[in-house]
Amino acid sequence: MKMKRNDIFRRFAAWFSGKENIDDCIEQQTDDAFLTQDGYEHHRRHEKLMRLLEERPEESLRSLEIRSFNKTYIVLSVLVCVVLAGVLLYAVSFMPRFGTADNPANNEVADKYLEDGLEDTGAVSAVAGMILDYRAFDTLGESFVLFTAVCCVMILLGREDGRVSEKCECYEGENDQILHRLVRVLVPATMLFGCYIILNGHLSPGGGFAGGAIIGAAMMLWCVTLGFRSTERFFNGRTFRVVTFAALTFYCVSKTYSFYTGANGIASVIPLGTPGAMLSSGLIMPLNVAVGMVVSCTMFGFFSLFMRSKI
Amino acid sequence: MDEAIRIFLLVMLIACAVSVSFTKKLLSAVVIFTSYSLIMAIVWVLLESPDLAVTEAAVGAGITGVLFFLTLKKINMIDSDTKENDEDEKK
Amino acid sequence: MGENFFYNYEEVAAILLFGIGFTTLVFHRNLIKKIIGMNIMDTAIYLFLASMGYIDGGTAPIIDGAETYINPIPSGLVLTGIVVSVSVSAIMLALTVRLYGRYHTLNLDYIYMYAQKEHE
Repeated sequence: MKMKRNDIFRRFAAWFSGKENIDDCIEQQTDDAFLTQDGYEHHRRHEKLMRLLEERPEESLRSLEIRSFNKTYIVLSVLVCVVLAGVLLYAVSFMPRFGTADNPANNEVADKYLEDGLEDTGAVSAVAGMILDYRAFDTLGESFVLFTAVCCVMILLGREDGRVSEKCECYEGENDQILHRLVRVLVPATMLFGCYIILNGHLSPGGGFAGGAIIGAAMMLWCVTLGFRSTERFFNGRTFRVVTFAALTFYCVSKTYSFYTGANGIASVIPLGTPGAMLSSGLIMPLNVAVGMVVSCTMFGFFSLFMRSKI
Repeated sequence: MDEAIRIFLLVMLIACAVSVSFTKKLLSAVVIFTSYSLIMAIVWVLLESPDLAVTEAAVGAGITGVLFFLTLKKINMIDSDTKENDEDEKK
Repeated sequence: MGENFFYNYEEVAAILLFGIGFTTLVFHRNLIKKIIGMNIMDTAIYLFLASMGYIDGGTAPIIDGAETYINPIPSGLVLTGIVVSVSVSAIMLALTVRLYGRYHTLNLDYIYMYAQKEHE
């Protein structure tokens, strides 16, 4: 008897949670959602909401109490914001003067990053060396924040049952001559520029985030002009999952050696190379590429979820 | 001269933020917000942080603006006023 | 009032922007304006943080033999913040789309009222 994938997961979940009769647990999922208590409640509330929306009882909001409450609320909110801004301005006026070198924020950590950054990490750009080598854990957390954001938007807006609304199937760029002619020049140039910024993240300003956002924007432009069918040839849901998962796993696995090599954690097998060359600075360039891929997939994922409710 | 440009840009930032709060149309609020993000990118350059400038220009003006436009399109509010949406704001 | 009020332009502007963003967030009832207000607050805080790292006469922290560089640490922290800010905006906008799809209005008062009446 062939078991479907869902059945195997349900059996595993039932076994994991210690249920006695595993076969009964599988049958529960096939009940009609309407007949359960929750389904009925949901239906009843929906009916009530439709009736309310027809009646539009906003006149009850114009009663005297609510209007005077609104006035008080507005006056109070402006007052609270003015008081808050005043207190903060008073505090700012006591802060150290803008641009002085003996700011308490400029301590020995910044001096170490600037002096030893080039020898330790091999990156010419001190900021890139800092966020991808000395403080690589923060950047990992940030990539996870992006990934979590896409998951949340997928939960909120995603619809996997194929009921895509017809409006987004007929994209507006279909008959637009200006867009078609521009896209032929702009999209390759923008993608090349994005790749340049990612690959030169350790030599010049930019890095994975800016480059990834630029590549995402180039893909959005392509999608708006040529439609989703054309974009799906190289970027669909499976590509998104595989690329994001591979990039994040690579980041995690490649930086765990720091937990084993001790305090500084800088020395790794990959040689640092000559500063100024693209293939230098050890792991920073591959990590930039991983972060760039995650960011570009995330940005295009947002676009795709908003336009047609699935990646 | 340098200070004059800095002060001018910061005053423009505050003007953009105030005008976002006061516009009636949603579309113009989003457009002014995009220009606010662009002026912020120039302020980053003047503060000698080119990483932040490139990232803010790409992400703030690019991605956030596009997301706002997509939301407005999805709820069909591109040409709407805020006054229609919340009639009870005027007293 | 301390003596540096007229010298820390960026910080004063950042506080004013924070106040304006907070007012927009609290004062308006339209959801889109609230989200824009929150974004303005975010960028104001980044301006405040990154202006702490500036040193007079310093150049950008790309090591090419200059004398003084600015402090790279606030710059790196704000880089993370900008990306987190766009993620939060995306989630809030997705929530707005869903709320509009259910209640057909962007006014927070009406949404709250319908939600209360629906559950009575």
